[in-house]
Amino acid sequence: MHEDRLNATFAALADPTRRAILARLALGEASVMELAKPFDMSLPAISKHLKVLERSRLIARGRQAQRRPCRLEAAPLRDAADWLERYRRFWEESFDRLDEYLHELKKKEKRHARHKK
Amino acid sequence: MPATRNDAAAKMTLTLPSDREIVLTRVFDAPRRLIFEALTRPEHVKRWWGWRTSTFLVCEMDFRPGGSWRFVQRGPDGSEVAFRGVYREIVPPERIVNTFEFEGLPGHISVETLTLVERDGKTTLTSTSRFDSAEDRDGMLRSGMEKGAAETYDRLAEHVAAMAARGE
Repeated sequence: MHEDRLNATFAALADPTRRAILARLALGEASVMELAKPFDMSLPAISKHLKVLERSRLIARGRQAQRRPCRLEAAPLRDAADWLERYRRFWEESFDRLDEYLHELKKKEKRHARHKK
Repeated sequence: MPATRNDAAAKMTLTLPSDREIVLTRVFDAPRRLIFEALTRPEHVKRWWGWRTSTFLVCEMDFRPGGSWRFVQRGPDGSEVAFRGVYREIVPPERIVNTFEFEGLPGHISVETLTLVERDGKTTLTSTSRFDSAEDRDGMLRSGMEKGAAETYDRLAEHVAAMAARGE
């Protein structure tokens, strides 16, 4: 997995408008006008978000001059999702183990406290 | 997508609050003094850090500002992975800032900020990892990008829906 590409993907995903655009595109391709509709945003503002998504290769745009429909490109997201999933699992497992270990430590402390009495 | 599942069994939460940041939170039923100790001494760290199936070969922690740490683990397939970093800031028992680098990808250094907040005997651990800046790397990004398979669209939809459901 290419780190730089991953960084670009996460940066693009960090914005709620861009995530909403991706969610819409997951249902099928759409024009800029269609994508702008649910947002209280100007077309140039939406276009800016689309450019970020396009640069990070999360979407691709058709060539027809007028409509230029946007569609989702799954590969970078899949890579980001896979990476994130591994990261999550690593820490979840570590924290589960820490949780168990803390219980052990607490028991030990209690035993020591009793001995002191 | 499992990475963003939000059921009761998944006690840890993972969020992407901003550009290049990943935040993990988890509540522990222990005072933070005890957690701080478990986080900062090698004899403790060896007992919980990493996969259950991995074993520690090296667990070095020069736990002071400017001191370095290095962990080497062996996985069940015999492969070794190594991580290292430097402690930048230590405020017992509430805050640790350190760098984190996977030796398999040298130069990609993230900064981890860990905080412990105790309330009613329970402690919330929050770990924020901030990754290297992502510049525009047009040429590199444009090369060799394969088109994804259709099933990943479903996972994406779930992923984004879960993020939206949490109000991110």
